[in-house]
Amino acid sequence: MSSVQIRDVRKSFGNFEVLHGVTVPIEDGQFVVLVGPSGCGKSTLLRMLAGLENITSGTISIGDRVVNNVQPKERDIAMVFQNYALYPHMTVADNMGFSLKLRNAGADEINKRVKRAAEILALGPLLDRYPRQLSGGQRQRVAMGRAIVRDPQVFLFDEPLSNLDAKLRVAMRTEIKELHQRLKTTTVYVTHDQIEAMTMADKIVVMHDGIVEQMGTPLELYDKPDNQFVAGFIGSPAMNFLKGHVRVNGVATFEGPNGVKLPLKTAPAASDGRPAVYGVRPEHFTIADDGAEAEIVVVEPTGSETQVFAKIGGEQVVAVFRERHQFNPGDKVRLKPDPSLVHLFDDATGKRLNA
Amino acid sequence: MADVAIPRAKPQMSEDNVWTRLKHNRNWLGFWFMVPAMAFLIFFLAYPLGLGIWLSFTDTRIGRVGQFVGTENYEWLWDDSIFWLSVFNTLLYTTVASAIKFAVGLYLALLLNENMPFKAMLRAMVLIPFIVPTVLSALAFWWIFDSQFSIISWSLKHLGLINQNINFLGDTTWARICVIFANIWRGVPFVAITLLAGLQTVSPSLYEAATLDGATRWQNFRFITYPLLTPIIAVVMTFSVLFTFTDFQLIWAMTRGGPVNATHLMATLSYQRAIIAGQLGEGAAISSAMIPFLLAAIMVSWFGLQRRKWQQGENND
Repeated sequence: MSSVQIRDVRKSFGNFEVLHGVTVPIEDGQFVVLVGPSGCGKSTLLRMLAGLENITSGTISIGDRVVNNVQPKERDIAMVFQNYALYPHMTVADNMGFSLKLRNAGADEINKRVKRAAEILALGPLLDRYPRQLSGGQRQRVAMGRAIVRDPQVFLFDEPLSNLDAKLRVAMRTEIKELHQRLKTTTVYVTHDQIEAMTMADKIVVMHDGIVEQMGTPLELYDKPDNQFVAGFIGSPAMNFLKGHVRVNGVATFEGPNGVKLPLKTAPAASDGRPAVYGVRPEHFTIADDGAEAEIVVVEPTGSETQVFAKIGGEQVVAVFRERHQFNPGDKVRLKPDPSLVHLFDDATGKRLNA
Repeated sequence: MADVAIPRAKPQMSEDNVWTRLKHNRNWLGFWFMVPAMAFLIFFLAYPLGLGIWLSFTDTRIGRVGQFVGTENYEWLWDDSIFWLSVFNTLLYTTVASAIKFAVGLYLALLLNENMPFKAMLRAMVLIPFIVPTVLSALAFWWIFDSQFSIISWSLKHLGLINQNINFLGDTTWARICVIFANIWRGVPFVAITLLAGLQTVSPSLYEAATLDGATRWQNFRFITYPLLTPIIAVVMTFSVLFTFTDFQLIWAMTRGGPVNATHLMATLSYQRAIIAGQLGEGAAISSAMIPFLLAAIMVSWFGLQRRKWQQGENND
C-alpha cells in the first residue's frame, strides 16, 4: 500500500493536448474514483499511472518514488481492464498465477497465493476452467483475482463493470467495495457512471475535457458542487437548471424564465440583476401554496418514488416525490424549491455563486 | 358445414400417396438440396481422384486402354532409384522450404503488426510475390539463375568476389538451393499475411495486461502471442506443406527436374512419366504414392488443432 501523487500532469497526442495539468493527491488506502463523460481523459490518466502511456509533463509518484520513467512491471501496480483481458489459453489458476510465474516464484508459492486469492473471491471451484467457460461476473472476479494475487501497492480499475448487466453491476459494486474495505489497498477506479462513483468512492475526482472540475467526498460533491458541470453530472435524475437574473430588493429572489419568481436564501454580494443559473435537485421541490406555478407533463412512478416532469415558466424541470401525489398530465401545481438547498451558478463561467 | 368437411377430409387422408408423403419428408427434401453440391464434389473431386488411383493399378498408356495389373506399378517404383530420389527431393524441398517460410513469414507478420509509417502500403507490397503468376516468377528466377547471364554472378564478379559464373541451375546442390529459394520467395506472403490476420485478432489489452504482469517483449511473444496463434499456425502450415509438397509449376519452369534429377519432385516425375513418356499407369502410381504423405500432414495438423481445449465452446466440463 502506498500513496499516489499526480502533479500537474499533461498529456498530448501529437499537437493535441488531452490532459491540461491534472493534480490529484491520493492518500494511502484511499478508494479514489475518476469520473467524467467519455473523452474527458480519465482513462488516459489511469493508463499513465499504469505506465501504458508516456507522461508528457508533470510527475506521478507512487509512494516516495517518481515513476515517470519506471517500467510498468516495476511500478508494483495491478490493473483490472474493462474487457478483463484474461488470457484465453490459460486456466483461471494460470491466469492468476501468471505474474508470479514471470517473477520466477516457486510452484508452491504460486499455488498458495492463487488459493488465497481464490478464497477471497470464492473462485475455488473454477480454478481449472478456461475463461470461455465462465460467466461475465466470474470473469470479472478472475480479473480481480489476478490483481489480488500480486499484492500490489495500488489497484487500478478501468471501467470494470461496464460489460456486466445492470443487476450484476450492482452486486459487483458492493463486492469491490467490500474487497477494498478488507484489503485496504490504495485503489484508483475509472468510470463514467456517477452512481458507481458515488457509491464506491472515498474521494471522487470529476474530470471534464482534460481538467479536474472538482475533488471531494461523494456527499461534498453532491451538496456543494463547485460549478454547473459537477452539479449536472453528479446526481440522478440530474439537477434542474433555470436561467435568469438575481433580484435584490429587500429580499433576494431569482427571476427565472418568463418572470417566474424563485426563492433564494441569500444573494451573492453586488448581484442585483446579475445573470445566473438557478440549480435545484429534483428531490428538493415541495408542493406549497407559495411555490412557482408549474404544469405537469409526464408522471413516472417507480414505486419507491415518483418522478414528475413539469414546466416552470416554459422550461421543463423534474421533481421527485416520495409521497404518492395524485398527479395527471396537464394538472397545475405549485412547486417550491427549498431555498436553503438551491445552488446558484454564474451564467458565463458556471462557477458556484452562493456559499 | 362440418358434416361436409369431415367426409371430404377422409378420402384425402387415404389418398395420401407416397409422393405427397415424400414431399413433406425432411430427409427426402434435404437429400435433393444436397444433390447439386454432391454432384459437384463427385464429378470434380472424387471422380478424378478415383480415376487416378485406378489408373495406378493398370498399365494404361496414352492411346491404349490399360489392363488391371494389380500392384505391379508400385513394385516397379519400389526398385526405381529415381523414384526414391524424387521422394527424397520432395521431402527435402518441403521440409526446408516450409520451415524457412514459417520463420520468415512469422517474422514479417510480427514486423507488419507493429505501428509504422506506410503500414497499409507495406502490407500490400508483401503480397506481390503471391499475386505474380507462378510461371512468370519462375521465368524471372530462371533468368536470375542463368548460367551465363545471371545477375547474381555478374554482381559478384564485379565486386571481385568470384572469378567465374556460378552454375546455379547446372550444379545439383545449387539447383536445389535455387528452387527452394524461389519457392520460399513465393510462399512467404501467404504465410505472413495469414499470420498477420491471426495476430490482429489478439486483443491489445492482453499484451498490456501481460506487460503489467511483468512480461518482457520475448515473454509477451512466448506466453501470449505464440499460444494464441497456434491454431492459425496449424492451418497455415498445413496448407503451406500441402502446396509445397505438390509443387509442380516452379520446378517445371525452372529446371524440369534437372540436373540429373536433382530437383525432380514426385509431382514433376509423375508428369514426366505419365504425360511426356506416356506411361499413364506408372505416373498415376507416383502421384498416388503422394497420398499417404499428404494424409500424414493433414493428420498432424488435425490432431494439433484438436488439443486446444481453451478454444472450444462454453461447455462446463
